[in-house]
Amino acid sequence: MAAMAVALRGLGGRFRWRTQAVAGGVRGAARGAAAAQLGRKVAVVDYVEPSPQGTRWGLGGTCVNVGCIPKKLMHQAALLGGLIQDAPHYGWEVAQPVPHDWRKMAEAVQNHVKSLNWGHRVQLQDRKVKYFNIKASFVDEHTVCGVAKGGKEILLSADHIIIATGGRPRYPTHIEGALEYGITSDDIFWLKESPGKTLVVGASYVALECAGFLTGIGLDTTVMIRSIPLRGFDQQMSSMVIEHMASHGTQFLRGCAPSRVRRLPDGHLQVTWEDCTTGKEDTGTFDTVLWAIGRVPDTRSLNLEKAGVDTSPDTQKILVDSREGTSVPHIYAIGDVVEGRPELTPTAIMAGRLLVQRLFGGSSDLMDYDNVPTTVFTPLEYGCVGLSEEEAVARHGQEHVEVYHAHYKPLEFTVAGRDASQCYVKMVCLREPPQLVLGLHFLGPNAGEVTQGLALGIKCGASYAQVMRTVGIHPTCSEEVVKLRISKRSGLDPTVTGC
Amino acid sequence: MRRRSPPLSPGPCAAGDAPNRRSGHAREELRRRLRGLIERSRVMIFSKSYCPHSTRVKELFSSLGVECNVLELDQVDDGAKVQEVLSEITNQKTVPNVFVNKVHVGGCDQTLQAYQSGLLQKLLQEDSAYDYDLIIVGGGSGGLSCAKEAAILGKKVMVLDFVVPSPQGTSWGLGGTCVNVGCIPKKLMHQAALLGQALCDSRKFGWEYNQQVKHNWETMTKAIQNHISSLNWGYRLSLREKAVAYVNSYGEFVEHHKIKATNKKGQETYYTAAQFVIATGERPRYLGIQGDKEYCITSDDLFSLPYCPGKTLVVGASYVALECAGFLAGFGLDVTVMVRSILLRGFDQEMAEKVGSYMEQHGVKFLRKFIPVMIQQLEKGSPGKLKVLAKSTEGTETIEGVYNTVLLAIGRDSCTRKMGLEKIGVKINEKSGKIPVNDVEQTSVPYVYAVGDVSEGKPELTPVAIQSGKLLARRLFGASLEKIYHTLFWPLEWTVAGRENNTCYAKIICNKLDHDRVIGFHILGPNAGEVTQGFAAAMKCGLTKQLLDDTIGIHPTCGEVGNRRF
Repeated sequence: MAAMAVALRGLGGRFRWRTQAVAGGVRGAARGAAAAQLGRKVAVVDYVEPSPQGTRWGLGGTCVNVGCIPKKLMHQAALLGGLIQDAPHYGWEVAQPVPHDWRKMAEAVQNHVKSLNWGHRVQLQDRKVKYFNIKASFVDEHTVCGVAKGGKEILLSADHIIIATGGRPRYPTHIEGALEYGITSDDIFWLKESPGKTLVVGASYVALECAGFLTGIGLDTTVMIRSIPLRGFDQQMSSMVIEHMASHGTQFLRGCAPSRVRRLPDGHLQVTWEDCTTGKEDTGTFDTVLWAIGRVPDTRSLNLEKAGVDTSPDTQKILVDSREGTSVPHIYAIGDVVEGRPELTPTAIMAGRLLVQRLFGGSSDLMDYDNVPTTVFTPLEYGCVGLSEEEAVARHGQEHVEVYHAHYKPLEFTVAGRDASQCYVKMVCLREPPQLVLGLHFLGPNAGEVTQGLALGIKCGASYAQVMRTVGIHPTCSEEVVKLRISKRSGLDPTVTGC
Repeated sequence: MRRRSPPLSPGPCAAGDAPNRRSGHAREELRRRLRGLIERSRVMIFSKSYCPHSTRVKELFSSLGVECNVLELDQVDDGAKVQEVLSEITNQKTVPNVFVNKVHVGGCDQTLQAYQSGLLQKLLQEDSAYDYDLIIVGGGSGGLSCAKEAAILGKKVMVLDFVVPSPQGTSWGLGGTCVNVGCIPKKLMHQAALLGQALCDSRKFGWEYNQQVKHNWETMTKAIQNHISSLNWGYRLSLREKAVAYVNSYGEFVEHHKIKATNKKGQETYYTAAQFVIATGERPRYLGIQGDKEYCITSDDLFSLPYCPGKTLVVGASYVALECAGFLAGFGLDVTVMVRSILLRGFDQEMAEKVGSYMEQHGVKFLRKFIPVMIQQLEKGSPGKLKVLAKSTEGTETIEGVYNTVLLAIGRDSCTRKMGLEKIGVKINEKSGKIPVNDVEQTSVPYVYAVGDVSEGKPELTPVAIQSGKLLARRLFGASLEKIYHTLFWPLEWTVAGRENNTCYAKIICNKLDHDRVIGFHILGPNAGEVTQGFAAAMKCGLTKQLLDDTIGIHPTCGEVGNRRF
């Protein structure tokens, strides 16, 4: 029997490498104990099942290949389009309009992703982590098995096994043509040619982000939403995100659900949809249909039942305790494959790091899933941490919640003559002094950069009073947060004036 | 920050049924509100609507034509509580309870007696002895915020603001340095320079245009000046809305409580006030060498310069100098910075040097350890040509250079010497010209206060100054107790654009003796302001390394380096 201490296993998963990177202490000593550095033998098993459209990618999981990284780079391309329009106001003599070349962008983005894939392999090697590019599944509770390229069967056994296979985009099951003609976020970033006129179906952040950058690079883009946008996020903020997108050229079909996709003789896709309230049918033609209706965990091909790992019957996600342990004591699960966890890269990384520290570093620190900050990279970015206004009211009652808010205008918008109607910030606090901050919501440029530090503040138990005692950095957008004076309850106009 | 206390709402209610939460705190709040009422009103009467004594007092004041602020205790929810607190303040349990110009007069009988003795009339007049409750000299960030706040609290306020034209003749409107010749135009020109970089990047992101993009200084400056004019206007409007008197005149003290205001035409007007705030700020310093005032410009002139400055020498190493040099180079101009000693004095020197090397890599030339000794005009024009003679600070070496523009950014002097402070006895630091103030911003003359850049040791960012002083001492004397975590990072947006790696840098400094409490945060990279703000709030809340490690990053941003990399 192989003397392998740990097998970190991932099948096209999102975070397995990341976990390993943390485990391998790639960033150095400050990151704490690492399984490999602690003298353990570690193997990573990763295999990307091609998407229905045939897209495949390398090591690194969703984030690096078909998620955060290419997404933010394409978002950046779209932002640059906006900046090119701003530039003449600032004295740069650029003839407008400036056309955009998808192939050039896609190639640059894909090259960067490939360099990351390579970097990850090198780092695994440096840490002496064995990497197997095979599709593996459980044989028993200590063994996984897979077939290598030459048809050779590989059996790996380990004392501890961590499942981090992540999720893959969901395809609709009862819509004719969905699978044949539709693509998902697994494909969009690897398209060689421009997607052209695109219909994005879904209201998740993936849907809105993709629609946002497609619009931004000049494509005719429509988003079809059946019910509410950005479920789980603060709904006031969500509707402002949509408002901003609509005012910047993204078209929305609200309260509609697709029923059929067909390829027309000229190659276009004809989509038929139904208005959910009137029941009326309508059609439109597009070059591309992108499904962004959610993600499903990658657990089915793992033969989890052979190991005895329990999953949720509804979601097929793996059930774990607060120590990330599954129903089998030495098998753990982290990341998107786990029931009830936020589907975010940094939470997966941290959960993985803490897990390894508990397993081999003598630590007992648990992952704290409260106050996880995140940012939605729509054209106007939405950063948030803590509770939404709805959730705060549900937990504490309307009379115990005070919401401070402001409509502000980023200085950079003034000269460029940009519309700032949706630049808005609100802080949800308890009403009782010292007014503990429950949530912060920021809509505006660089929302991620603004939110990160404030998340720390909330982690430190910041109160409204403390935030107000923090000196602003002038002139920035983030200073609006420390200048929040107007409460919703007061009914006063929250428009910021002056500099 | 304190909010305005809501008015005591009228409505039928028996005393004592207000919610019984935290009665101590509520009582303190009530006391504060009552004091506010008493201080804000010329005449304040606590009364009961059915009480005949109260009615007599009200009739007396109305016969005198004096407007009163009346609170009917039988018509407010917390009337009984108000009466209790009043008795604590005045030792009088009954109504009416009368205050005139903050002085407690008493009940009905005492008020009538005071009327007969003439004391009441005297009390009523007292407040009108001065034209204003508060005159603020200087309409910049500090002065205006102070003026608006005082006005909200019911005070009669005047702002005197007058911009003495720069030696090059530049002048501007209301709002002070920040709005007119500081933060605002600076950041807009910085943004213009960033856009130049964004244009370069955008080609790599698939945007197609081949022509060499040129920058047009006039277009930019006009757009920025238009924005500033709108801000100037906004400030005037907001002062008007808050009923603050704004006078565009130069203020000079002539005697106690009295100031002379001289307008552009030389007309003099005199105003008196109970209290004064000096918020005159600072103006750029000149070198005091031959040709400097005639031919050099400062940040006072740059942002509204009607022509492109061309090849520019920036003298100084302050943040003003480096920011200006940075954006000028960003427009494609030939820029040289002449530095006497170190960059960004007072900032972390490792970071300061990194800023310098980044600028050098991006085409800004640095002349270290030189100071100019003479400026000569070779050619007139827009811009003209200037010859600069400079000498080494370490030896006898001299160098010569020809530039279109010389921008001085060697520091700022406070504007305190020509405003008659000596006439009323406000002490200034003879060397720096700054005004020493105590913890409550009070000068050596009790009714005169100073805020902003003019006050000594308390720059505009008071709490930052306190905090940074403390941190500096720790760094200087307690270095061994500190741990420093640092990292280089490559912003995602720079990768595809092919911008340099190993440039962006972040570090935190922790105090080992205090649970690894974070006592310093430094970041060099895009959107540094947006990133730093939240970390500042977190440090205010006692951020430790542990908490930093426990905070989830936002991916992919530059802000997450603070959480992921250390």
